[in-house]
Amino acid sequence: MIDQIEQLRNSAEAAVTACSTVADLEEQRVKWLGRKAELPNLLRGIRELPADQRGPAGQAANQARTSIEALIDSRTSELAAAEMLLNLATDSVDPTLPGDPQPVPGRLHLLTQTRREIEDVFLGLGYAIAEGPEVESVAFNFDALNHHPTHPARSRTDTFYVDSETLLRTHTSPVQIRSMIDQPPPIRVIAPGRVYRRDDDATHTPQFHQIEGLAVDEGLSLADLKGTLLAFAKAIFGSDREIRLRPHFFPFTEPSVEIDVSCFACEGGKSGAGERCNVCRGAGWIEILGAGMVDPNVFAYVGDHQPAYADRDLQGFAFGLGVERIAMLKHSVPDLRLLYTNDLRFLRQFG
Amino acid sequence: MRVPLSLLRSFCDPELSTDEIASVLALSGTEVERITELGVGGVENFVVGNVVELIAHPDADRLRVCTVDVGDGTNRTIVCGAANVAEGQFVAVALPGAVVANGMKIKLSKLRGVKSEGMICSEEELGLGSSSDGILELDPTEGPAGRPLGEVLTLQETVLELEITPNRPDCLGVWGVARELHAATGAALSAAPWDDDLGSVGSLDGLVVDLDAGCGCSRFTARIYEGIDPTVPTPRAIKAHLIAAGMRSVSAVVDITNYAMLVTGEPMHAFDLDRIAGGTLKVRGSNPGEVVEALDGTSYELNDSDVVIADADGPTSIAGVMGGARSEVSDATTRVALEAAVWNGPGIHATSVRLGLRSEASTRFEKGLAPVMAGRAQAFASKLFELIFACAPNPGTIDIGQGEGDSEPIQLDPAKASSLLGIEVEASSAATTLSRLGCVVEQAGPLLHVVPPPERLDLGRAVDLVEEIARIDGLDRIPSTLPPSATGAASLSDAQRIRRRIEDTLAGLGLFEIAGWSFDSPRIADRLLLTESDPRRSAVIIENPMSAEESLLRTTLLGSLLDAAAHNSSHGIKRLGFFEIGSVYIPASSQSAATEPPRIAGLLSGPSRLPTWRDSEPPSADVHSGVGVLAGLLDTLRVDWSVIASESPEPFLHPGRAAEVLVNGLTAGWIGDLHPQISDSVGVESACVFELDLAKIAEAVPAIQHYQAVSGQPAVLQDLAVIVPRAVSSGEVVRIALESGGEVLESVELFDVYASPELGEDVVSIALRLTFRAEDRTLTEEDASAARALIVNQLNLELGATARV
Repeated sequence: MIDQIEQLRNSAEAAVTACSTVADLEEQRVKWLGRKAELPNLLRGIRELPADQRGPAGQAANQARTSIEALIDSRTSELAAAEMLLNLATDSVDPTLPGDPQPVPGRLHLLTQTRREIEDVFLGLGYAIAEGPEVESVAFNFDALNHHPTHPARSRTDTFYVDSETLLRTHTSPVQIRSMIDQPPPIRVIAPGRVYRRDDDATHTPQFHQIEGLAVDEGLSLADLKGTLLAFAKAIFGSDREIRLRPHFFPFTEPSVEIDVSCFACEGGKSGAGERCNVCRGAGWIEILGAGMVDPNVFAYVGDHQPAYADRDLQGFAFGLGVERIAMLKHSVPDLRLLYTNDLRFLRQFG
Repeated sequence: MRVPLSLLRSFCDPELSTDEIASVLALSGTEVERITELGVGGVENFVVGNVVELIAHPDADRLRVCTVDVGDGTNRTIVCGAANVAEGQFVAVALPGAVVANGMKIKLSKLRGVKSEGMICSEEELGLGSSSDGILELDPTEGPAGRPLGEVLTLQETVLELEITPNRPDCLGVWGVARELHAATGAALSAAPWDDDLGSVGSLDGLVVDLDAGCGCSRFTARIYEGIDPTVPTPRAIKAHLIAAGMRSVSAVVDITNYAMLVTGEPMHAFDLDRIAGGTLKVRGSNPGEVVEALDGTSYELNDSDVVIADADGPTSIAGVMGGARSEVSDATTRVALEAAVWNGPGIHATSVRLGLRSEASTRFEKGLAPVMAGRAQAFASKLFELIFACAPNPGTIDIGQGEGDSEPIQLDPAKASSLLGIEVEASSAATTLSRLGCVVEQAGPLLHVVPPPERLDLGRAVDLVEEIARIDGLDRIPSTLPPSATGAASLSDAQRIRRRIEDTLAGLGLFEIAGWSFDSPRIADRLLLTESDPRRSAVIIENPMSAEESLLRTTLLGSLLDAAAHNSSHGIKRLGFFEIGSVYIPASSQSAATEPPRIAGLLSGPSRLPTWRDSEPPSADVHSGVGVLAGLLDTLRVDWSVIASESPEPFLHPGRAAEVLVNGLTAGWIGDLHPQISDSVGVESACVFELDLAKIAEAVPAIQHYQAVSGQPAVLQDLAVIVPRAVSSGEVVRIALESGGEVLESVELFDVYASPELGEDVVSIALRLTFRAEDRTLTEEDASAARALIVNQLNLELGATARV
């Protein structure tokens, strides 16, 4: 029996060694080790042997089976590796073909991008963001903001009216009034939004965007306004910017100022080549917004609607800036109307 | 306002350069918009000449050959075409190297064969007038020949163009600007030009003025001058200043009125007294339809809101805007009634805008002048009549209306000023500043009692004086301080945060944000095929729009998207993806205000993906692409959403390709392919559009996610294909499957839709991948199959679906 086993083992190992494909090896595995193969048959016959021969025969058969299995396994991995090498050699692509495109990202509009940048500066300074209606009352848009009943801005040539008491707000300043009527001092709030004026030329569109700012408390000063807007200017136009205040006039602030930021494109009005800077037009300063200390008449109006403002020694400052202006300055956009044409070739460039 | 710098310096000269003066003015509140250099160039080449000899040009009838002594010992030959050139005349000569006012450079030249060594100049060529009819004749006293012409004439002038803020009409005259310069620099200020009035108060014979109350005239003054010689010219210096200020020189009388206005800021008008019918002027409101022929030769029809000055024959002036042709002074005028009045600013503004007639007078009056200015103009004009005509005013002055009453002093507390400005304000320096501005200041203990000058109507409260101190003492002295936080931490509101998330997500999904107009055309409703009863036909209407096409406010963002699509498609861009987040405007039923709900809207058109070598013809974007975008957006926000086929599709959508968008089971918007009629009009082949209500989306965004235990149990996946009638929506199939699969059903994904004749008519096969999982045990295939059978059963019950084998 043992000889028979040894013979089987030799034959099997020879056949396995002769195999050249993984598939052949599987065949040999079935042939020699499968359910109906000779070796397992022999093993089954061991039970019928005399007791003293069973042990050695069983041992020999198991050894043979283990040996054949090991040989098949090792040959299989050898051949599989060789076959994979062969397959890889023939499986080639042109990796320089364009990759699968991922969805092409869209963009935020430049106005949204700019609005957020500004909002984030003031959020950082502790200002909440308020909103107010665009279809606004004459009372909040003009009366509350200390516009004389005959102020020219009220005229129908300047302002869009819905009826005698209702208009499209001409500035975001009525949100100052709404914010104060809504909540007692202290206040720190900005109000971005659309505003409307009857203007349409290269530097004016009948619709544009402003961001209003309002701070009210006891003892706030023009110096605080200056510090706040300096922080804003540095955040938006660069940390080495300076600002200057120029006296101006707005009905709802006193004193009123315009804020200039030092030009970010030149030194003192001259570009690198010594030519007149075309951003600040040689001035070295760029006007960016209007501001001032809240006029006592505004507090008086609010005090009639919200007692927390009546008969108090409040001081506050307010400012209003044009989002389009900031966006155009910062991104060198030459024509306001580009912002509203919605040309993809423009929209792709920002946001 | 255009200010000739030499005139300004004649009142206050801080001995600074032009740029320095401009900077001082700008930083004290008078913005300098532009600095213009007027007049000639190469001024050293302009000299006084004496015409020694004059002969006819041999080859040109109209030219003369002049021999001109220019004082250097060598006479020049100059060819001249002017008819008024004569022997013995003193003239203005431009020698080679000179540049005359129109920019022409003078060179040695030949005119029709005769050499010419310069030019004899006209007024226009010297920038001193509009007369180019003949050469400017100088007086022999202005000689001798060779004298630099700049000693005789103002050949160069610098003009500051100032922007005067509406609160400072006192600066609409040069003297007012001079006082600003004085206050800001401390340089000496000349006495006011109206001091030492040559006229007198009291009644005036020869003219009756009747002023209607309530016609918007706060003060009306008039003086009479008689025995005027109409041939007397305007002195050249005055003429030069008027021209530099942008006005024409007309005649000495008219030039006096304009010069008085230039200096004092108060417009004046000269009537030919002999042409005032009936010797009476009536100031009254205009009658509708009344026509006035103004000085510009145009007839203007008035309505009932204008003001006229009328004589016995009817209106002769549009008050505050322009005088009338009928009573204007002429070259025969010897008797003048000179009027200076102050009018209601907004009324003048309205008249001037409506008539399209803006004048130096109207632009000043509309700012609201102080009554005191009328008297000042009269006084200064009297000096000019004396100077030019040697003519004193007749005794008396008509003076109706508001006088120059005393004003109450304002109490100014320097401590309050310090608190407001954030810098120490000392009483003494504040007093100095305010005095320079013309205030009368008295110190009373810690306070200042301040009486502002009468023309400063803007100074009525302490805070107004604080502004004066701030701007004159220099805003650059104000430090920069950041106030302490008083309101605690700030952050975006939930709605603001969600809005940003939506913007970012839509951009990330490939859409470009647009900025549309809030304005829309009344035609939009028809363009969008809205039914007569569609609430979107009811819009907020603007009474005074820029144009009819922009006369209402949008009730949907769709118009803005279509505009963007049309614009880009017309530029050949086919693949479009846009969104806008913005308000629509819904008129409220009560009151007049509107509600302004924000909407999210988008448009997709052209290839849904970029074509590639693997996928060279991607499908066109349609409702399925749009639903994909919505899925990307709403799943990002974790909103519970679905779409259902519209029972009554939006009229602007393709009726078979339209859906409602539900959020938490409630309608929150619509999506669908654009109606072909509309996509045609926009110039795109097809497009998917959607609009959602931002508030409804934002409300549905869950605030906080709480942890859900992650299951350790394996899932069992099974596929299910059901055949359903074509009319059944796949959304229904998925919904019923989800609801009927019991607790062990985790998710249902639709992965195939298939139709073929073998399946039958009007049916489709919908294939679902079902994922089953139990929280507490390893699910067996048998458990899953039982749940699957429940689904099949329910689909059959509700939809008549059969499972495919």
